[in-house]
Amino acid sequence: MSLRKPAKDQPESFEFNASSLEAAKAIVAKYPEGKQQSAVMALLYIAQKQNNNWIPLAAMKYIAKFLDMPYIKVYEVATFYTMYNLAPVGKYFVQVCTTTPCMIRGANQLVEACKEKISENERELSNDKSCSWMEVECLGACVNAPMMQINDDYYEDLDKQKTLDILDKILNGETPKPGSYRGRVNNEPENNRKTLMDLKNA
Amino acid sequence: MLKDQDRIFQNLYNDKGSDVTSSQERGDWVNTKKITEKGRDWIINEIKESQLRGRGGAGFPTGLKWSFAPKEVGSRPHYLVINGDESEPGTCKDRDILRFEPHKLIEGCLIASYAVQAHVCYIYIRGEYFVDGQKLQVAIDEAYEKKLLGKNAAGTGWDLDVYIHYGAGAYICGEETALLESLEGKKGQPRLKPPFPALIGLYGCPTIINNVETIAVVPTILRRGAKWFASLGREKNTGTKIFCISGNVNNPCNVEEEMSIPLKELIEVHAGGVIGGWENLQAVIPGGSSMPLIPKERCETLKMDFDACVEEKSGLGTAGIVVINKDQDIIKCMARIARFYKHESCGQCTPCREGSGWMWRMLERMAKGDATKDEVDMLGDVTNQIAGHTICAFGEGSSWPVQGLLRHFKKEIEKRNNLDPIVQKKNNIPYLVDQHLLDKKNA
Repeated sequence: MSLRKPAKDQPESFEFNASSLEAAKAIVAKYPEGKQQSAVMALLYIAQKQNNNWIPLAAMKYIAKFLDMPYIKVYEVATFYTMYNLAPVGKYFVQVCTTTPCMIRGANQLVEACKEKISENERELSNDKSCSWMEVECLGACVNAPMMQINDDYYEDLDKQKTLDILDKILNGETPKPGSYRGRVNNEPENNRKTLMDLKNA
Repeated sequence: MLKDQDRIFQNLYNDKGSDVTSSQERGDWVNTKKITEKGRDWIINEIKESQLRGRGGAGFPTGLKWSFAPKEVGSRPHYLVINGDESEPGTCKDRDILRFEPHKLIEGCLIASYAVQAHVCYIYIRGEYFVDGQKLQVAIDEAYEKKLLGKNAAGTGWDLDVYIHYGAGAYICGEETALLESLEGKKGQPRLKPPFPALIGLYGCPTIINNVETIAVVPTILRRGAKWFASLGREKNTGTKIFCISGNVNNPCNVEEEMSIPLKELIEVHAGGVIGGWENLQAVIPGGSSMPLIPKERCETLKMDFDACVEEKSGLGTAGIVVINKDQDIIKCMARIARFYKHESCGQCTPCREGSGWMWRMLERMAKGDATKDEVDMLGDVTNQIAGHTICAFGEGSSWPVQGLLRHFKKEIEKRNNLDPIVQKKNNIPYLVDQHLLDKKNA
């Protein structure tokens, strides 16, 4: 299990804005009547997006009321799943996969790059408070290892220099282009494709 | 090598685009009505005869699973749930289906829903695949627009709604009952079985849960016939499979191949060989991190299917092949996998919650050569106390890789760790301290 703690500085109150409210209602409608609790995970995402990439306790209370469920159940969910950030992570949240398939292809270089550019420690905001990084478990892009995720996007086939370049961009407030950074197409074997050639050449 | 026309996922590398028109050109959604007109029993029987086994790891026969759904719909509605919570290290096949072949999946959902009499289908996607989930959502919207979903979906007379539900970074939610808990808006902690989800599942209703790849191959099987599918591979290990080859190979890739293909062919032909040559190979994890590794000597002849891998005391799992060459420290690799399991244990059963941390800390010490002689056997003992003593299969999943390491690389561990447990010198014996607190603040 992973240790997860809510931030010390918590805002007093939280409320969905108009667009979040609309999205939340659309999601509740996906589930059968009386089973609105199912929407809690999606609503926590909405709160996270609205509140600058993290979820304050006030948002959990708000969602509990919204879905007519006990606050503790929302708290349980928010602390169980690792993608809910319980403390500020900055506008750009960098997650570096370091599980074995990435590790053996040099994920430690990505970690070094993050330490150089963002902050010495994981989950620590950079000097300008715009981003933070952490090591995460397998992100499910093993054939594109090593890779990292910045907010929703995957950056694949990296090495140290490429990571430094990407981090430079986000520190300047730009959003770099996601995908492979060795120029390969999706998950095909680079320069060694032997299947479905008719489609490729068509 | 499998002939191109026998490949089910023609758009695996997105040569053609994943929208509905190009999918239809590739044969999706063509006369779906004709398939459902043949009736439920025919569909289930055909899937049984094709000997399709679940692609999510356990390899349970799909047709049999569908036949467990109650024949008549009672007071409780039936549900179909698609498991796209692909989090097993080494596996990234479902992601490609979600983003490049979404219509194969959606059509599969319709046929499977019809077969098990479900009107609602939830696709559970891991939260990290948000962008790929958005692509699937676009495809679902397209399908609604073209009346392939919704009321009288694709003219079959069957009503079906498909919804996406995002996970949030919990590996355990790939376990089917934990997935249901998560869908119900709770912590993803597995349920006891029985009752099995086919009778009491989502919201207490009969629920059939299948992997993304399993469902996505169903329409093609029914179009081309069970005989065609069963003719690929070998008895009880039929059909095609997407293999993900990662790690120390020259061209890591996803590739769809026939079942029972030799491992060596996969690595040498498709993945461009091991970095440093075949001689530089140390071991291969054949089916995602929870399957025990297989050392080089056995890799020469290993055939990649469910039964052949079991004969090697491993498993095909999700067919996520991780190649480890001799430049890597095998103990460190396994220690990292143990850390993964320590991080992902849901904490419900004590043997797994505590034991996964023990295994990680012992292996980290062993990688450094800080462990004592008798700890090697102690580690084996810990794995045996986890496997089989937990609610779900996570206990086995976390201890099998360690057992595999002990089975094949015990000498390596013993060579590195020969500390005498009896304190003769003033050695700093690390196991007296809670090592993880020293190593990492937030472990």
